[in-house]
Parts: sequence; C-alpha cells; structure tokens
Amino acid sequence: MLGRATGRRAVAAVAAVLLGGTLGLAACGGGDDGGGKGGGDASRVEVFSWWTGPGEADGLAAMIEEFKRRNPGTQVVNAAIAGGSGTQAQAVLASRLQNRKPPDSFQGHAGAELLDYIKAGQIEPLDSFYDENNLRSTYPQQLLQQITYQGRIYSVPVNIHRSNILWYNPGILKDAGLSGPPKTIAEFKTALKTVKDRTGKVPLSLGAQWTADHLLENVLLGVLGADAYNALWKPGADWSSPTVTAALNDFAEIMKYTTAEAASTDWQGASKAVVDGKAAFNIMGDWAYGYYVNPAPNGLGKKVDTDFGYAPAPGTDGTYMWLSDSFTLPKGAPHRGGALAWLKVAASKEGQDLFNPKKGSIPARKDADRSLYKGYLEYAFNEWNKPGVKLAGSFWHGVYASKKWHTDIDTAVGLFLQSKDVGKLQSALVNAAKNNAQ
Amino acid sequence: MARGNAGVRRLPGGRAPRWLPGLLLVAPSILAIGLFVYGLIFWNLRVAVSGRHDEVTPYGFDRGRNFVDLWDDPSWPPAVRHALLFTVVFVGGALLLGALLAFLMEKGIAAEAGFRAVYLFPMAISFIAAGVVWRWLMNPAPPERAVGLNQLFGDLGLDALANDWWQNPTWGMAAMAIPAIWQMSGYVMALYLAGFRGVPDELREAARVDGASEWQVYRYVVFPQLRPVTLSALIILGHISLKVFDLIMAIAGKQIITYVPAIATYVEVFDRHDPANGATIATYLLLAVALLVIPYLVWSVRAERVR
Repeated sequence: MLGRATGRRAVAAVAAVLLGGTLGLAACGGGDDGGGKGGGDASRVEVFSWWTGPGEADGLAAMIEEFKRRNPGTQVVNAAIAGGSGTQAQAVLASRLQNRKPPDSFQGHAGAELLDYIKAGQIEPLDSFYDENNLRSTYPQQLLQQITYQGRIYSVPVNIHRSNILWYNPGILKDAGLSGPPKTIAEFKTALKTVKDRTGKVPLSLGAQWTADHLLENVLLGVLGADAYNALWKPGADWSSPTVTAALNDFAEIMKYTTAEAASTDWQGASKAVVDGKAAFNIMGDWAYGYYVNPAPNGLGKKVDTDFGYAPAPGTDGTYMWLSDSFTLPKGAPHRGGALAWLKVAASKEGQDLFNPKKGSIPARKDADRSLYKGYLEYAFNEWNKPGVKLAGSFWHGVYASKKWHTDIDTAVGLFLQSKDVGKLQSALVNAAKNNAQ
Repeated sequence: MARGNAGVRRLPGGRAPRWLPGLLLVAPSILAIGLFVYGLIFWNLRVAVSGRHDEVTPYGFDRGRNFVDLWDDPSWPPAVRHALLFTVVFVGGALLLGALLAFLMEKGIAAEAGFRAVYLFPMAISFIAAGVVWRWLMNPAPPERAVGLNQLFGDLGLDALANDWWQNPTWGMAAMAIPAIWQMSGYVMALYLAGFRGVPDELREAARVDGASEWQVYRYVVFPQLRPVTLSALIILGHISLKVFDLIMAIAGKQIITYVPAIATYVEVFDRHDPANGATIATYLLLAVALLVIPYLVWSVRAERVR
C-alpha cells in the first residue's frame, strides 16, 4: 500500500516538473509585417503588466483614466499580475502567447529582452505607429537607436529608470574622512578601503546574486566608458580584450568590500543598510530613491542629504545607464484598435506625465513637463535631457542582452562569487557573448 | 453481492463480464494518468531529444545531444553536486534523527502524544513558509550584525558555532539540508514508531528469556524488523530530496550557490526560454527518481506476493 502510494506520488511529482519543461510548445509562426498600422476592434483593451506595487499601480490607474477620457467607448481591462518584479507575470504571459491568447498590449523592458517575442513573431513592429504619431523626434535619438532591432522598433517606452546611481551614507563618509562620493573607479576603490579601515562599517552593501550583476554593469560602464560599454553588446564584440580584463579585476577588487551575508538579502536589504548606518555605499537603480523617501509601510521615510546622498556611479558621470518599461503590440491582439489607442496614450506627454511622478521614474519623451518632477526626479529629468548626455542601455535590466545572454552572464557571475577567479569569469563572459550573438 | 450474479446487471444479449464494472470504475483515472502523467512524460522526452532551444526553432531530432551538451553548461555540474550533497545530508540526517526520536518515544516517555505532535508539526508547514524563517535564521552576518542562529550562538557565548550556513561555497548545501531535516524527521519518527510498535512483545520477551541484554534485543530482534520501514523512508525522503525546489527558492532564490536541477529546469524554461534544455534536465531528474523508485516498487510487489 505504502509502495503504491509512494510510486504514485513520485510519478505525480515528476509530472509536475515535466509540466514546467513542456510549456514551451506551440510554435508561433512568423508572418506579415503589420508595422503597427491602424484599424481593428476598439471595443475593449486588455492591458497586461506587473504594476501592482505602491506607486506604480497608482500610476497605471492614472494612465487608464486618461485612456478612458480619450476613448469613452472602449472598455479597459487591467490585467496586472503581482509578484517578484514581473517573474510571475512573465511566466503567465509566456503561456498566453504560446496558446495564442495574447493580451491586447503587454509590458516589457524595452530592448533586447523583447527579442524572444520578436523572433517568435509574437509582437509586431511599430514603425508606422511611430511615423503616424510623429514619435521619432519626441524620444531621444540614442534611445530609439538602442531599442531598434534589425531596423525596426517593437515597443513604446513609457518611463525611464537609471541604473548607475551610487547611494551613500553622508555620516559614514564623514567619519571616514571622505570629502564626498568618489568620482572614478580608482577613487571608489580607495574610498572603500578607507571606509573599511577607519569605520569598520560595510564599505559597499550588496544583496542577492542579481545585485552583483547590477554592480558588474556599473563597473563595466565606469571603467570602459559609454562607447566601449555599448560596443560590448554589438555582434562580434571583443570581450577578451585587456580593457575588459582590467574592468573585471576592478570588479573583483570592489567585490572584496561587499557584505558577507549578501546572498541572504535582496536589493531592499542592501539599500536599507546605507540609511541604517550599516554600510557606506550601495550601487542600485533609482527605484531605491522611492524606497528611501516614501512613508512606511512602502518606504523607509528617510530624508535625502541627511540620511542618504546620491551621485552617478563612479566613472559614469555624463552617462545615463537607462532601462525602460514599454508597451507592445502582440501579433493577433484580439482588440487591435483598442491596443493602438492604448499605445497612443502610453506614448503621449499626458500619459507619461500622469504615470511617472507616481511611479517614481521620469518620462522617456523629451518634451514632458519638468515642473512635475521633484527631488531626485528633478535631477534625473535634467540629466536625461541634458545636452550631450550619453545613453547606455542596462544589460541586466533588459536593454542589451536577450534573456539567454542575461541568464548566462548571471550564471558566470554566480560562479565567480564562489571561485573569485577573474580569468574564469572573463572566459565565461566571452562564451556567453559568442553563444548569444543577436 | 459478490456471491452469485444477483448484483451484476444483465446486459441485453448476455451477461456482463465480471471485470467490466471494475474497469469502468478505474477507467477515468487510467485515462487521466495516461494522459497527464505518462503522456506528459513522453512529451517531455520528445522535447528533450529535440533541438528546440527557443520558442521558434522546429523540434527536429538531435540524437540526444542535449544530454551530453548539458554537462558543458557551467551551471549544471554544480547543480548535480549540490543535489547529491543535499540528498546525502538530508536523507541521512532525517533518518537518524527520526529513528532516534522514535527510539526514545518507544522507551516510554511522559506525555508521549504531546511530543509526537510537536515533532510532527513541522511537516504541516509548507517548505515555502518555513524557508522564509530559515532564511533569517541561517544568516551568516558577522558578529556586529548577526541575526538568527548566529546571534543566538553569540549571546550564549558559543561564537565558535557561528558559521556561514548555506553561503559556504563548499558545504553550503549541507546547511541547506537542516531545514529539510527539521521538517521531515517527525514524519520519519512516525514511520519508525509504527515500526517499533509492530514488533510483537512476545518476540522481545522470548529474547529476554533467552538471556539477551536490552541492547541485544534491539540489535538482533527489533532493528532487523525495521528494514522495510527504513527502505520506505529512504525512498520517500530520497525523491523529495532530488526534486527539492520550493525550500531553496524560499531561502536562496535562483542563485548559483544553491543551484539544483529543479531550479535549473525552471530557469531554463522560464528565464532562458530554452525548452529543450529544461526538458533534458527534467528527464535526468526523472531518471534519478526512477533509479530510486523502480527497484523499490519491484521489491514491494514481490513482498506483497509472498504475503
């Protein structure tokens, strides 16, 4: 009896694992080039996102209100799915797309993260949508270049977050005798050592493995500069060059000053260590700002300049390492007219100005209303629109690396965290680039 | 009803075969298991031997190359090593602890029912919920920031016991087995307790009359009769251990330091979008579990026949 029960349990459990393995089944054939031209059913629109958290959900609601004002005849279905920065939502989305039951529009990080959908023919290019709505001049040129794949654009960026921000604790810097945040990687290394020797605090707080990936992209950008960093993600890029070696050596040295218990915390814990006076520095995207200043329970209720300060990550001043949430047009969207109307709102000045102040990000458009953005957002807005600013896409947050490349780099970094072997890290990165040339 | 034909309805034109009602009764579950278990196992094998490394490439057939190539994937050998280390420590630990608890209970203890319940309770908690707590308990922060167990050790003056837990690069997975042992040893205890109780008192009495010491009674009379229990426990724990997913997801997430095959399947399918690799790993998992379960099934079927 026991035997039979065990056997069946084992079999059922295996089946559960197998289910996971077989979700990628139905082939989705390629097809026509819609190019996002108008027309189609506009009675309804189902908008799929993972904006359920505080701030972002309010921003989405505001954008939906704007949509309703413009399109009174269209019923809006907000199909947001909660959980872990979109991982849940993306799993649901993948099965919906494979079952050819796409939502009318779904959220995705702009850039190479959409490549799998593009190659599977699951989303349509939006070039004619950009032309019809005169969007090519309203977004920064570099942004559009960096999200173009084989000459076509597949998504409408709604907001911009910045990856290369250094957060620091002014009190600890003072105790360590540092006059301000470090400006170059060399200064950064000295500052970390000084903090360690003089204060005994954690010099650079770090969280789970992915925050080391985030740190890696910032060190690469800081050492190589925007142009060489951007070039790493083009076909045929040389990851084995001595400059990359130098950057990885810096990365390895910086990693020596990070939290011992990093793997036990996520980014919130790592960012919180700075305002709690446990760590001097943290490199994290600008979503940390909202976490710092928002009142409890959604934030820590801290004050900029007294509890924490911010600066561009060392060596990256003048470069905006960006990531962006964007909306897409799935092939076979059941309400294509509604979807295009939604994209129009998402691309509009009004839509972006309603969404971003609530979400804690800045609009991707150049012509947004500057007065709506206060505190850090005002700084970010000015940096984004500063003449001569260089844009670099965040590989970790979906701009430059497809999901395979992204995961392979994550594996290389995860192995490095144990081996601390820079040579192995570099050859793993070379392989990742070779295997995932896009 | 079983006697005679009175209970079986006659069909027009003849008598219903005796096996028919039984077959009709189990047919839905045979169909469901056939489709959703064996059908999906077959489909998984199909994907595993295909070249479908993204969602567009046609399936094709690549003669099992995936099964070889997987070993060149830098994250796979650590995943296997982690699963083995976890399995050895978890299965060994849970068996020993469970047996010890059952032995102590069996020797007679006040409020036995209460203790039994206390040891069984952890099993009622999901790995996910327990994992969140253990994540905090097993935090390797240095003394000035210590929390959880390390803080407790520090407060008790047992600083020497404070350690890296699962974040130790070599033995981390052994620490990861601690929550699993905590959770499952009560269950093993219940199995063993039933085993102990199943040994008739007459046998023990007889041994004692023959002059056996208390230890010899256990060594030569009681323990040999627990072999079937040990085997069942081994199989149950072994297959839980090989497929472990939720516990690790809750404590460490998808980090390489605690990467195991079940996590690798998830990452391949949902993060890397590589169905063929995911199916290959799932097949290896199936084989590993089959290695445990099939000999056991054969053995238990034979044992039933003898009986």
